[in-house]
Amino acid sequence: MAIHPEHELHTRRKGRNVAIGLILGSFVLLIFAVSIVKLSRPQSVDINAPNYRPPVEATQ
Amino acid sequence: MADISPTDTRAYEAEFADYVELLKPGVMRLVVFTALVGMVIAPVPVNPVIALASILCIAIGAGASGALNMWWDRDVDAIMKRTQGRPIPSGRVQPGEALAIGLGLSLLSVMLLAVFANLMAAAWLAFTIFFYVVIYSMGLKRLTPQNIVIGGAAGAFPPLLGWVVATGSISLEPVLLVALILLWTPPHFWALALWRNEDYKAAGIPMLPVLRGERVTRRYIFGYTLLLIPVSLAPSFTQIGGSLYLAVALLLNAVLLAGAWRLLIRQESDRDADNFRAEKRFFGFTIFYLFLHFFMLLVESTLRAFDLSVGALPLWF
Repeated sequence: MAIHPEHELHTRRKGRNVAIGLILGSFVLLIFAVSIVKLSRPQSVDINAPNYRPPVEATQ
Repeated sequence: MADISPTDTRAYEAEFADYVELLKPGVMRLVVFTALVGMVIAPVPVNPVIALASILCIAIGAGASGALNMWWDRDVDAIMKRTQGRPIPSGRVQPGEALAIGLGLSLLSVMLLAVFANLMAAAWLAFTIFFYVVIYSMGLKRLTPQNIVIGGAAGAFPPLLGWVVATGSISLEPVLLVALILLWTPPHFWALALWRNEDYKAAGIPMLPVLRGERVTRRYIFGYTLLLIPVSLAPSFTQIGGSLYLAVALLLNAVLLAGAWRLLIRQESDRDADNFRAEKRFFGFTIFYLFLHFFMLLVESTLRAFDLSVGALPLWF
């Protein structure tokens, strides 16, 4: 009798792996999106940065 | 020749859906909804990406505490009819896996929330998980018939978490929402416990009807309903409420009070005759009651955002 490579267990394992892959992929996207949002917020440290905004006391 | 399939001898290997079930998706939905409301009604706007990331952390934290709760309660879950089908008692997930998933996701959700939102929100999430798992599941649940009164606090924190994500601080409004869920939990669960009494008795969990009897439980349900009413109306007179919220809350409380009164005056013969129909209806209504309160806060917040608030109420708090 032949060895069945596609045992029911393998299908189940495959489903689990695909789901975990998708979750990890979404996690990477989430971290990327949060990084973009956090880094594009106005900051007052690096004067050459495109999102530089002078500190409040300096503008007054 | 014999079929060579070495994996056949292994125990059941979990499907992804089994792990999802371990995180109590039903509870997660409620947590996501109340946390989202807490975040939206807060006076400080949140960037949508940060909001999504934070809500995800709160949901995962809630799921993790659900997994840890199932890990701890696996012995009683196997006895009670309502919980026999859960992943651990049904043998689909091993207890060790549940513990690892619960601890791993707890740590991950708290650390990520600290990065995404702020330290205070992360600290509250950690406290919520600790409260649900250690204080409620491991401590109170099997010790006192008041278990759900204090344990309800764990389920009550999500709106506060949402608020803290947005503002970074705590004020009276989210505390009122916590109090609302906290006082709502006992009538909600005791109504369920009335017709699940045999289950809890078999598992040896000291629910109020098991220990003090049905009559006392009905009195407690009515008592807590009376306490709940002023707390549910109070947000009307803060910056998150308004006259629409007040109108709906008054109506909901009238129906709830009538239901609690009906439960109070029912005799054993009544509930035997209709197989706990009134208790089941009351239980169902409590879910609708809580949902509509939070939904109305969302409505009020949306109206305020568009300057469409109707019939402004005095701000007492």
